[in-house]
Amino acid sequence: MTRFGVIQFPGSCDERDALHACGMVGEARMVWHEDTDLDGVDAVIVPGGFSYGDYLRAGAIARFSPAMGAVAEFAAAGGPVLGICNGFQVLCEAGLLPGALLPNEGLRFVCRQVELVVDDAATPFMAECEQGDRLSIPVKHMTGRYFAPDEQLDELESAGQVVLRYAPGHNPNGSVRDIAGVCNAAGNVMGLMPHPEHAVDPLTGSADGLRLFASLAVSPAPRPEPVGS
Amino acid sequence: MKARVLIRPKEGILDPQGKAVERALPALGFDGVSAVRVGRLVELETDDADSLPELCEKLLANPLIEDYEIETGDAA
Repeated sequence: MTRFGVIQFPGSCDERDALHACGMVGEARMVWHEDTDLDGVDAVIVPGGFSYGDYLRAGAIARFSPAMGAVAEFAAAGGPVLGICNGFQVLCEAGLLPGALLPNEGLRFVCRQVELVVDDAATPFMAECEQGDRLSIPVKHMTGRYFAPDEQLDELESAGQVVLRYAPGHNPNGSVRDIAGVCNAAGNVMGLMPHPEHAVDPLTGSADGLRLFASLAVSPAPRPEPVGS
Repeated sequence: MKARVLIRPKEGILDPQGKAVERALPALGFDGVSAVRVGRLVELETDDADSLPELCEKLLANPLIEDYEIETGDAA
């Protein structure tokens, strides 16, 4: 059974929902931001919220937390890491994912259900999806406009690193090329602005988000060797 | 030593905050203002001015989306 670790920063606010979503498909425990112990963890979730108040830039301070040092080592060893919303911002700031997140084009906080299209299903995060699948998942953010220089975007697209796009007419923030989620070159680190952990039960409108967590449960990447051994 | 770091959105990157300020100005009677860009200013004191560029690259600015200028000494 996949064991998830959910990172909790001061200012995180979606870690409980992430823990709940992980618990529906595996085991899950919280990892406090001062902890560096990811022992026994098969997959890491960096959740949404406003880590360290999002001072300076969203995610800029959180990347220096002790837990993120451990997450970087975990990722370098091939462990799967999923960053959601603020977690996506943190992973970009940490250099674990390409690009950056800028303030929404409309300057407003957006909070709504959006339609996403699976652009590339080859990562472990998308094992339960197929290319072209549409997912209904909510967004809620102020700083979600994905940006990378054009040359880099071309590279990401040709390498299959654009995992999710907003469906036509659903781009809520002005992200370049409608990009909602990307992964690293190795395919074991992914970030997205929409919140799959808020879409795990039909009672709240959609259970499409659960497919990301279920994907990690059915196909966890090879477990990294303990660091230092 | 005192230093000031000016950080602004890179040329060519849409700055919606600057646009919002620009659009608000005519309503107040300030016509003919264009190309408004909003950045931020960081003031600090340091014993090691040589480390400022690295400090900017690693924390104060995100070089992918922001440019920065460092002023030290009297200018700061």
